[in-house]
Amino acid sequence: MTTLAEKPVEAPEAAAAAPAARARTRRRWQRAVSPVALLALWEAGARAGVIPEEKLPAPSLVLQTGWRLAGDGTLGEHLADSLTRAGIGLLIGGVLALALGAVAGLLRLGDDLVDPPVQMARMLPHLALLPLLIIWVGIGEELKITLVALGVFFPLYFNVYAGIRDIDERLVEAARTCGLNPWQRLRHVVLPGALPALFLGLRLAIGAAWLSLVVGEQVNADRGIGFLMMEAREFSQTDVVVLGLFVYALLGLLSDVLLRIVERRTLTWRRGLKAA
Amino acid sequence: MASRTEGGLTTPVRATGVRRAFGPAVVLDGADLHIAPGEVVALLGGSGSGKSTLLRALAGLDAEAGGDIRVTRSQAVVFQEHRLLPWKRVDGNVALGLSGPGVRERVAAALTEVGLGDRGRAWPAELSGGQSQRVAFARALVREPELLLLDEPFGALDALTRLKMQELFGRLHERHRFAALLVTHDVDEALLLADRVLVLDGGRIAQELDVRLDRPRAPDDPGFAPLRRQLLDRLGVPLARRA
Ligand SMILES: Nc1ncnc2c1ncn2[C@@H]1O[C@H](COP(=O)(O)OP(=O)(O)O)[C@@H](O)[C@H]1O
Ligand SMILES: [Mg+2]
Repeated sequence: MTTLAEKPVEAPEAAAAAPAARARTRRRWQRAVSPVALLALWEAGARAGVIPEEKLPAPSLVLQTGWRLAGDGTLGEHLADSLTRAGIGLLIGGVLALALGAVAGLLRLGDDLVDPPVQMARMLPHLALLPLLIIWVGIGEELKITLVALGVFFPLYFNVYAGIRDIDERLVEAARTCGLNPWQRLRHVVLPGALPALFLGLRLAIGAAWLSLVVGEQVNADRGIGFLMMEAREFSQTDVVVLGLFVYALLGLLSDVLLRIVERRTLTWRRGLKAA
Repeated sequence: MASRTEGGLTTPVRATGVRRAFGPAVVLDGADLHIAPGEVVALLGGSGSGKSTLLRALAGLDAEAGGDIRVTRSQAVVFQEHRLLPWKRVDGNVALGLSGPGVRERVAAALTEVGLGDRGRAWPAELSGGQSQRVAFARALVREPELLLLDEPFGALDALTRLKMQELFGRLHERHRFAALLVTHDVDEALLLADRVLVLDGGRIAQELDVRLDRPRAPDDPGFAPLRRQLLDRLGVPLARRA
């Protein structure tokens, strides 16, 4: 009886696995159709002269320009400047968010002292601080880095705080009965427990970092991708402006993919959890 | 307030006048509890009678508990939920807090004892409820405790798995001879495993019953029925069926 009842249940499941994978592949192709079509339309429209070149040059022309600027080192130089700004801002904002988020998440006194002002500051869209920041730190490098650091700080702080707060108290207790002292509990329970939230915060933070960079680099920059774009605008080099957009988009995409890979490697244990 | 754990005791648990209140609600009102080396004591009581509260006080997990609590430092706890760290593999969970040479061998031996010698590299999420609870037992036993505190350790398992786990507990106790406080709401389980059964009621130990039955025991042993009747009466459970 039992074997009879089980077999028909298992058989279609095993058989269904292959078509399901094929269906998934087909969907992925389907989802590529409209973006490729749009790109082709854009290219064709530009070549036929329907889209004026000074408004929006053909994608092939943008790529050519990219190739040329990469070849003579201009693109690399400006990219390095932008990356440096983003990196320093990320570092400053990230360290501050980690430190304050941990203090607020772990200590009751820290929670009472740190969290309320941060919650209040969150209501301000940080990009709206630009005029005030210009008065405070001027229009130089400090402005760009401060803006990035501010953008990074908030999402990371909130996720570190929530990640620590959401840890199952019962696991901490079990670790205590296993003889772990507070530092060991921090290392074996709190840190790994908060890691998924930390990755989420980091992803949001990096997104905010690029956004802040874009805005910051439009204020009196003499180098960086933003400067490249502003300068090109003055000389009506639309292809360079669009190239800058491509670069920004690519930076966002690459950093996200990279972070996802690191996350998957670090949080191996979660894969089993999802399958279960 | 209460004196905490101490080592080198002849009596693993010597607790007198344990008190605990949550706000105005007094949950423990002077409970006394002694456990001799190697003795298995079952703690019965209705839901919300304070069994877990008493166990947590003994485990040193409740700083607010009052009274004179002397418990050996060589202790381990098994909870109703396995409480394995999902981000550590099974062997890492068992090894939690251990140091010194031979940890790897000790962990492997403990896992083999609970019948999971080949699952050391598995993630907790890959185990069934019964297997997870066996890992929790291995994690407790690998410390070779004088005292094992168990809070309804089989409560979340299905009936068949529970029987197997009770049998495993008997075997492990036979070999390691730890003293144990087994919190349970299952009268048969208490009679099956314990040398002595306590009933917690009104914040105190309201009844104490020695179980002098030969081991291994089975619920259909002739000596079971009167003891079961007595305990169920004390717990206020009416006997629907007259045996
Ligand atoms: N942290 C707590 N805060 C407030 N009340 C609690 C807390 N823990 C337990 N209690 C109360 O104490 C009583 C005993 O709880 P517990 O020891 O868990 O009972 P048992 O384990 O016997 O079912 C219950 O009425 C419960 O509501
Ligand atoms: Mg309980």
